[in-house]
Amino acid sequence: MAQQDKDGQPLFGTRRRFLQTLGAGIFSTGINATFPLASWALTSPKYLHEGIGDYHPQTYFDLAFRYTPLDIDGRTGTATAINGTVPGPLIRWRQGDTVTMDVTNHLQDTKHASIHWHGILVPFRMDGVPGVNFNGIQPAETYRYQFRVVQAGTYWYHSHSRFQEQTGSYGPLVIDPKDGEPFHYDRDHVIVLSDWAFTDPETLFRNINLAPEYYIYYKRTVFNYLHDIRKKGFAEANAELLPFRRMNMSPRDLSNVTGYIYTYLMNGHSPDMNWSGRFLPGETVRLRVINASSMSNFDVRIPGLDMDVVMADGKAVKPVRCHEFRIGVAETYDVLIRPREARAYTLFAESLDRSGYARGTLAPEPGMQAPVPPLRPTPDRKLEDIGMGMMKGKYFGGMSDAMKEKLWRKRMQLQDDAIPGPNGPMPFLPDKDNPNVAMVVMNPQDRLAEPGVGLGHDGWKVLTYKDLVSAEPQPYKATVDREMCINITANMERFIFSLDGKKFTEQPGPYLFKHNERLRLFLVNHTMMEHPMHLHGMWMQLETGAGNKEIPFKHTILIKPGEALSVLITPIEKGDWAFHCHLLYHMEAGMFQVVRVA
Amino acid sequence: MKPVIILCAALTANAALAEDNMSHHGHGDHAAQMDSYPAGEGATSNLEHAPDSPDHVMDHEVLLTKVTFDQLEVRENDGGALKGDLWFGSDRNKLWLKTEVEREEGETEKAELHALYSRAVSPYWDLQMGIRHDFETESDSRNWGTIGFNGLAPYFFEVDSALFFSGDGDTALRLEAEYELLFTQQWILSPEIEADFFGQNDREAGTGSGLSDVELGLRLRYEFTPQFAPYIGVHYEKKFGNAADFAREEGEHTSVTSWVIGLHAWF
Repeated sequence: MAQQDKDGQPLFGTRRRFLQTLGAGIFSTGINATFPLASWALTSPKYLHEGIGDYHPQTYFDLAFRYTPLDIDGRTGTATAINGTVPGPLIRWRQGDTVTMDVTNHLQDTKHASIHWHGILVPFRMDGVPGVNFNGIQPAETYRYQFRVVQAGTYWYHSHSRFQEQTGSYGPLVIDPKDGEPFHYDRDHVIVLSDWAFTDPETLFRNINLAPEYYIYYKRTVFNYLHDIRKKGFAEANAELLPFRRMNMSPRDLSNVTGYIYTYLMNGHSPDMNWSGRFLPGETVRLRVINASSMSNFDVRIPGLDMDVVMADGKAVKPVRCHEFRIGVAETYDVLIRPREARAYTLFAESLDRSGYARGTLAPEPGMQAPVPPLRPTPDRKLEDIGMGMMKGKYFGGMSDAMKEKLWRKRMQLQDDAIPGPNGPMPFLPDKDNPNVAMVVMNPQDRLAEPGVGLGHDGWKVLTYKDLVSAEPQPYKATVDREMCINITANMERFIFSLDGKKFTEQPGPYLFKHNERLRLFLVNHTMMEHPMHLHGMWMQLETGAGNKEIPFKHTILIKPGEALSVLITPIEKGDWAFHCHLLYHMEAGMFQVVRVA
Repeated sequence: MKPVIILCAALTANAALAEDNMSHHGHGDHAAQMDSYPAGEGATSNLEHAPDSPDHVMDHEVLLTKVTFDQLEVRENDGGALKGDLWFGSDRNKLWLKTEVEREEGETEKAELHALYSRAVSPYWDLQMGIRHDFETESDSRNWGTIGFNGLAPYFFEVDSALFFSGDGDTALRLEAEYELLFTQQWILSPEIEADFFGQNDREAGTGSGLSDVELGLRLRYEFTPQFAPYIGVHYEKKFGNAADFAREEGEHTSVTSWVIGLHAWF
């Protein structure tokens, strides 16, 4: 890394460069256990990170999985680190180059390791999902990934083997465009958000399987109920709450794993370690924000600064000025900030359920800090939020089949105008006895203009999907050849997560896409939670109501409870690809399916 | 009758577990059935690009084992109780062992072991069937066939219900319901009710036809972790009808109230 030097700058001129050299030296001698942070992420109270401008694109990377001790806030855990650090090394490519990555698995007791290049268009053999498009990398084996890079932007990579992602197998991936960046900036920082637990993920998974509320310490209590009665009156409080209880659902199903067990990290730093990056007043700074968490959606803001969102999932969008954005697991956003004052700013990423936060600082000089805002209260979902508005005030008696049918018929006539296509998503009427499906939303809504649960009441602008307008050329045709619908289903009580009511083990076969067809895929969320749905190997273009040339490209879409949305897909590569919820434990519990492009 | 029930339960369990196992064999089956899949028009069924040895990461059922001590407690007047279960299986099919032991004034009043096959039949309900064995100290031990529903009723009532029938034609019905009130995240009050009904009088066992006895419990636990929660509480038991008469004849009380202290835990 020491060779990656900007022209005209001294090779060993700074402490950072010294550290980089030291890091590189340690890696090459193989004693990487002593170095828990990658140079692109490293800061200290006395040293601000200058940004990633000096990390130039390369065409070859040698990557290795090893068990590595990881120190966070005085405790030591074991990470499945890539090249000895959490997050792993910054991988930087140039668009148009053919790149080669040799990945070695030194985790001797694992079945396999793997690296998936998240959001990258590759031949399916290079996609890195064990069992779907290759066999995984067995211990002591090396797998060579090699492909031509056809896109540019901010992405990330991670292991797709069991729970390695939870234990630190992820890192940032930046691709420089061959024709120059679409916007000007003076400096860029990579901001990798993630969640770390000292508990073994197998234990964690077992715990939430056996007791889905194991880590939830914001359950509603008797006193919340009394408080609601005082505030809203007896009738109103019950009208909102009792239908939830009748359905055996909680208005606080916000997350399965919380800040009770997680330490939220920013570039591998806990809030106390306070990752710090430099800006100089007057500069335009590009933040490449990546949510590399296993289970945590974040709300990101920088108190005192406007943010211009310029890229979503690596693809340029028309700049949207906002003060906060929600970043689902596996999404990336590039934002530009223009701090004018020589003061510190807090980079604040609050978990969706408000059980904790990741935090860092942007400052012109080392040692500066800005106040850390308090966590907002844990929000309660409303019946309306989960597409169950018609249940309000209904305490007794279920919905009869006749009622359901009536509702469907009504919905057919009064379909939400914002949902595209002549027919909207196909009705989902699963077997009533299917234990995998605890809830079917009878009238899913268009929610692209909603910021999401717990957001939008603070008096500042929060980004919504509706705001995303593509600034990239549209390479795909406008006419839709075919429509398809996938229902996102779950039963929280049993910790079963499924697609179309079937866990992966129960699916009769892959979803079938035709090569180069233009497919409209509806996604309908019949669960109580947000799910970041990720499709490998091809773009999903989110139908926001904008024209065909303006619909944004996404590799991961955070779908809200009770939401119906549609994406346009052109499957450009034949092969088997994964489609799944990017919440790691949901995926492992069955919210996963193979898509076959033929 | 008895062996038949055991056999039935065992067979169903086997078949169901086998069914689960079958679905592990990933791609081959998936591809074979592909044509019948709704989205399957125009698909080719032989793909050269499937992995060499299909080994889906997630393509296996999660099999878990859970041991629960719902109540492990000491009661006033030299009494005590153990109520617990162990299950093993997948989301849909499980094998259960349940046990219920009660002691009063130094004597074992009740000692039951249930062996059940359990199948998820709806989002919140499991159908459970199998056998129940009653260990008796003073009379012959007896066996029952059992079938019942265990699950979550609306409004978060945990319900366990079972119908029992013995080889002699005796019948019994047990209904249990439990609720949880959270005062804080860790202080939890849990009221509970259990009612036993019988189809006949049984002087030896002290049970009478119709509603025979009711137990009420109120336990306040502190969850150090969800897996470890000591509690204090009160337990009330009352016999009705013929059962009450039998108790009076024996010179026993028809109702007992006792303070309890115990542990709720699972592994």
